[in-house]
Amino acid sequence: MAKTIVPIGPYHPLQEEPEFFSLTVEGERVVDIDVQIGYNHRGIEKLAEMKTFDQVPFVVERICGICSTSHPYACTRAIEDIIPMEVPERAKYIRTVIAEGERIHSHLLWLGLAGHFLGYNTVYMWAWKLREEILDVMEILSGNRNNYAMFKPGGVRRDFKEEDIPGVLKKIDSIVPTLDMLKKAVIDDPVLHARTKGIGVLTKEESIDFSALGPTSRASGVARDVRKDAPYGAYDKIDWEMIVTHNGDVFDKVVLRVLEMFESVKIMKECLNNLPDGEIDANLKNIPPGEGVGHIEAPRGECFHYTKSDGTNSPERHKVRAPTFMNLPTYKATVVGETISDATIILAAIDPCYCCTERMAVRDTKGKQLYNGEELIRLSQERTEKIRKDWDAKR
Amino acid sequence: MTRNEVLKNITAKFKDSIIDVFDKSESRVYIEIKPESIVDVATYVFKDLEARFNIASGTDCRRHMEILYHFTLEDINLMVSFRVKLSKEKLEIASLAPVFEAANWIEREMNELLGINFIGHPELKRLLLPDEWPEGVYPLRCDYKEWDEKAIRDRGV
Repeated sequence: MAKTIVPIGPYHPLQEEPEFFSLTVEGERVVDIDVQIGYNHRGIEKLAEMKTFDQVPFVVERICGICSTSHPYACTRAIEDIIPMEVPERAKYIRTVIAEGERIHSHLLWLGLAGHFLGYNTVYMWAWKLREEILDVMEILSGNRNNYAMFKPGGVRRDFKEEDIPGVLKKIDSIVPTLDMLKKAVIDDPVLHARTKGIGVLTKEESIDFSALGPTSRASGVARDVRKDAPYGAYDKIDWEMIVTHNGDVFDKVVLRVLEMFESVKIMKECLNNLPDGEIDANLKNIPPGEGVGHIEAPRGECFHYTKSDGTNSPERHKVRAPTFMNLPTYKATVVGETISDATIILAAIDPCYCCTERMAVRDTKGKQLYNGEELIRLSQERTEKIRKDWDAKR
Repeated sequence: MTRNEVLKNITAKFKDSIIDVFDKSESRVYIEIKPESIVDVATYVFKDLEARFNIASGTDCRRHMEILYHFTLEDINLMVSFRVKLSKEKLEIASLAPVFEAANWIEREMNELLGINFIGHPELKRLLLPDEWPEGVYPLRCDYKEWDEKAIRDRGV
């Protein structure tokens, strides 16, 4: 059968990390995939060498708009690891609350888009409406809906106000019934089972070989979570569970993220209820020569920063490794062998940027465009519709 | 295995290739090894000790080029970073990508940004830099000067 190349990408100005995928298909089946990244390479590692240690957290905060706290968090931990030092207790709790709030809104954003790709536009609307509630909470606590600028080496920049906390707790409680509804919509829906179970499987061995991170690895039964393995912040002081599912398919990745949101709600509430008194900043003055590594669990997996100081006020080298850098190559294992209509949701399942799927286009080898991004999403939605009809007919 | 047993095992197994061990803190250890033994060490740590490969970070240290391979042993909360120093005359080292897939992309990245040649890499092509980027210009090196002159001017800033 003739092979066709399917280019996907590369640009979307709204989302993070534009990528370009070149899918080789035989009929409906994907037989090979090649990924190109770097379309939005801004040279932040080079830029960080020209900034002071106080400015670097601000620079890395601009890497990503969705998980804007993970980079400053990992970066400040890397700088603190040079010395090494501990931050005050209250700062740890505040950092944990911010990080978990971000996890909830990032997972909700993903859930909404996944619903949209599969033709569940109600899930899309509900999830994004719920995300607004969490963004409001973040605005009350930090002053911003996104890009909170809360982190500095040695502590946090802004304290929580005691009078805000009861209102925030009430607001967090109010999202739980809707989360429950979304959970039921995902777990009990037979059409969604038929559509996503056994699709895009990443086995445990492959996950270890690719060193996949975060939900992508935990859905394959590899229990990896920096929050448990190398506890930081307040994660070792409060009671929470690491969610692990075992099949590695799209369904397990959806379920895992939904269940993780409940844990995040639990962590946020417990932190806010047990917020210790005291300083929020260790007033770090000089950074000695040396090197430090900071890693934290971002919504998409481990975010890793390495920084090297030569004794001056700016880093000699700052290395940034975002979780998607390790998760993207797993496409080689998950997409090959599946159909084009499943490719959209498999590519979305590791929670990369969505620009790729929106700018998807299918071309035959002569360069004629067969499908564009919208049509590919439509293809995916039609398939769900067909399964739904079959299901209804059976009943 | 406890933390000290793991470290003892590594130092005993590779005593000829280890140059220096820096026990920084409870959860961080830096081990400097000879560049020719990186594949053996990484295979042992990744396959036998079941460590996770975090990432590698290359640095231009003016007199030499340095690569740090970071591995995490999750059960005992220990991050071991293997340091190799490469001379600037002969910038090459054996690739880890045939051993585990996770090293594939980062080696491509270090190849284009620092100009290190990874021998045995399955497809050592560009990852981040644009196609029109000139050959032999490595932006993360200390002597890279085109930053202000060419790169910015070409974008009309």
